[in-house]
Amino acid sequence: MLAVDGLQAHYGRAHILHGVSLDVAAGEVACLLGRNGAGKSTTMKAIMRLLPPTGGSVRFEGRDLDGLAPHAVARIGLGYVPEERRIFPDLTVEENLEVGRRPPRPGQAPWTAERLYALFPSLGAMKKRPGGRMSGGEQQMLAIARTLMGNPRLLLLDEPSEGLAPVVVDRLAEALLGLKAEGLAILLSEQNPGFAASIADRAYLLETGQIRHHGPMAAVMADAGLRARYLSV
Amino acid sequence: MAFDWQGLVVQGLNGLASASSLFLVASGLTVIFGVSRIVNFAHGSLYMLGAYLAWTLTAHGPFAELGGFWGFWGAILSAALTVAALGALVEMLVLRRLYQAPELFQLLATFALVLIVQDVALLLWGPDDKFGPRAPLLRGATEIFGARFPLYELFLIAVGPVVLGLLWLLLHRSRFGILLRAATHDREMVAALGVDQKRLFTGVFALGAGLAGLGGALQIPREAVTLHMDMAVIVEAFVVVVIGGLGSLGGAALAALIIGELHAFGILVFPRITLVLVFLVMAVVLVLRPQGLLGRGAATAPVAAPAPPLPGPMPGPLRWAAIAAAVALVGVAPFLGDYPLILLADFSVLVLFAASLHLIMGPGGMASFGHAAYFGAGAYAAALLFKHLAAPMEVGLIAAPFAAGLVGLLFGWFCVRLSGVYAAMLTLAFAQIAWSISFQWVEVTGGDNGILGVWPSGWARGRLVFFYLSLALSAAGVLLLRRIIRAPFGLALRAQRDSPLRAEAIGLDGFLLRWIAFAVSAALAGLAGALFAYGKGSVFPSFLGIPRSVDALLMVLLGGVQTLTGPIVGAIAYAGLQEQLARLTDCWRLVLGVVILALVLFFPRGLAGAFRRRDA
Ligand SMILES: Nc1ncnc2c1ncn2[C@@H]1O[C@H](COP(=O)(O)OP(=O)(O)O)[C@@H](O)[C@H]1O
Ligand SMILES: [Mg+2]
Repeated sequence: MLAVDGLQAHYGRAHILHGVSLDVAAGEVACLLGRNGAGKSTTMKAIMRLLPPTGGSVRFEGRDLDGLAPHAVARIGLGYVPEERRIFPDLTVEENLEVGRRPPRPGQAPWTAERLYALFPSLGAMKKRPGGRMSGGEQQMLAIARTLMGNPRLLLLDEPSEGLAPVVVDRLAEALLGLKAEGLAILLSEQNPGFAASIADRAYLLETGQIRHHGPMAAVMADAGLRARYLSV
Repeated sequence: MAFDWQGLVVQGLNGLASASSLFLVASGLTVIFGVSRIVNFAHGSLYMLGAYLAWTLTAHGPFAELGGFWGFWGAILSAALTVAALGALVEMLVLRRLYQAPELFQLLATFALVLIVQDVALLLWGPDDKFGPRAPLLRGATEIFGARFPLYELFLIAVGPVVLGLLWLLLHRSRFGILLRAATHDREMVAALGVDQKRLFTGVFALGAGLAGLGGALQIPREAVTLHMDMAVIVEAFVVVVIGGLGSLGGAALAALIIGELHAFGILVFPRITLVLVFLVMAVVLVLRPQGLLGRGAATAPVAAPAPPLPGPMPGPLRWAAIAAAVALVGVAPFLGDYPLILLADFSVLVLFAASLHLIMGPGGMASFGHAAYFGAGAYAAALLFKHLAAPMEVGLIAAPFAAGLVGLLFGWFCVRLSGVYAAMLTLAFAQIAWSISFQWVEVTGGDNGILGVWPSGWARGRLVFFYLSLALSAAGVLLLRRIIRAPFGLALRAQRDSPLRAEAIGLDGFLLRWIAFAVSAALAGLAGALFAYGKGSVFPSFLGIPRSVDALLMVLLGGVQTLTGPIVGAIAYAGLQEQLARLTDCWRLVLGVVILALVLFFPRGLAGAFRRRDA
């Protein structure tokens, strides 16, 4: 579904991604694992073309994304949830969702605010609250819900569990499993494999802008040496 | 004297009426800025176009034939809609290409539009003031506390809150409005959610332009439509928007109220310094609350274009060409007539003026929208010394840089604390204060009549000698600037511009560096101003006016801020172009505007940059 091949990216002169290749199949959850600064966020931004890549290719459902503007990438079905969440602080929950709303996609039940409130009940209880006055966990839910309003075919989720309390992380994992069960493909990024282990099928280990290893999530979890080398202990 | 309640009430109502008009213009400006981050200099031009179009539509065509209530209001609304369409067009053709460009280039582009609209309006409507019809049903006056008050003014008072309410509904109850508010906060995220920003930007320009057009159109029953409306209103609108907080609609409303009432009551209390008062309020607000009354967040990133850490040497051929040209000029000068010599002296002065601004904008990383204040301070220092103490030119030329430098120290102390658009606006405010003083303090400055007879000393009165003098002093000034930029002081200045935190860590005092640079720059601009005064034999408030500040800005930006060569090339190109165009065509503003637009769109690195190899 998503095929990233030899992706290169720079911030100004700084060369950050050195040929990242990865695939996400339909209905699958893949996870990018790596320490802080490994290039996970940069990979996601480059896929969304928020940071236009300087080399390599990204194909989504067979279509080359080269030359597309970020909004066009979003429209063809890539939903992006940034690490910083980037909730619009002055807009209410409802309004934040409205910004994300896009027309339904054929063959896919469209997301509505009501369906999302069912998925994230805490959001339903604060429809009129400005995004700036929500807790980190609520903001994360809202960020995901807002992106889902665009009826994406694949979700790019950048470190969703970062900074959240364990209870909230559990609720988040539950919601993501629900999305997975509905057939949504997800590319997740995490520093800490614990959260990802419950959701992801496969893992890519990223270090200094390169994929060092990839394999089934369970295999990565089983290999303590691998985790010690590429992830924080 | 009995306390005059009536007068106060009427004055308060007058204030409300002007606040209302001001709000229409400022709200458009602030909405546009909020989303696009473009400070639209051409907003006043859209206002003026609204007024002219409304005048035309009420006087000719179907609405004029229809007449009466529907004819009048149909004309007003059509004028506003036409201006909205023009705003959309401008966004699609010009501004859309500049969202990634440095802020100052965007300003330059919108200023080019100001020039173009000026001439287009002159061509279409001629130089005479136009008087519109009075509004049907709102012709008379009513009694308020026993005083007569025009109905139309009452109507205007209502328009402001109504428009504010409608805008609020639009922003909170429509998808377009919600997207606008989202984009005001985080454009990139809005794009990542699949929203095509182009449509949003075109829409917001149409909205803002329509509001400006409506504001202008509504003026025709109460004041004449003139070619000066654009500048007058844009300055006021800037003040309102900056006081209220860039991007804040509520702030614009509040600030419009403050400024409207300040004008109304200022006239009663301090009739002589109303202009100063307005800018003083703006300066105080910016110093105490840089983001404006209801603005949010820190002031924006530096305005100046990103510049390489060290100015590379001038490219060889260009440098030799410049030196050869200078030598040739000195050699050829004795064979030239008076007119070319006057021009050449002017050019030298402008080069120094532009180069002095470059110190602030290039190495300093700040923007000054009010550099004319220091040019004018130098000129007035020389002229006042002459007028009141009969001081000769030599004394004037020595005193001018000190006087301007002192003014620079004073204004700079406030300005260099801010950054980005806010700093630019504060420099503009101070320049307007200086201008107001020169304009309104008639006893000392002669007001609008200026000070005449400020001629050079006998030995320098010949055109040739005066040219040599101008050239020598300007060259000395430019060389001094060059030394300053390359000295440790210049390095430190650039360091605080490029990485303020690191500069602070190694013990550099960014504030002090910028302040000194500001004062030095002001002093040299003052020298240029004094030379200019002696060259013309007179000084006028226009020496401190916005157009002159903009001249300096254009010269620097045309040349490119990266190196000192930039402003020199830019000054010669700009002054030469203006001079040639003024001789060749009556529409020199139009041509100049188009040329500037072309340069901004195709040579974003400036003229001097265009001569350099890319990535050199
Ligand atoms: N805006 C930026 N400008 C310059 N360098 C950046 C920027 N963002 C990230 N980097 C650098 O890129 C590298 C990868 O960062 P990132 O993709 O954010 O890592 P991760 O998400 O894996 O923590 C880091 O070395 C980081 O310092
Ligand atoms: Mg990251």
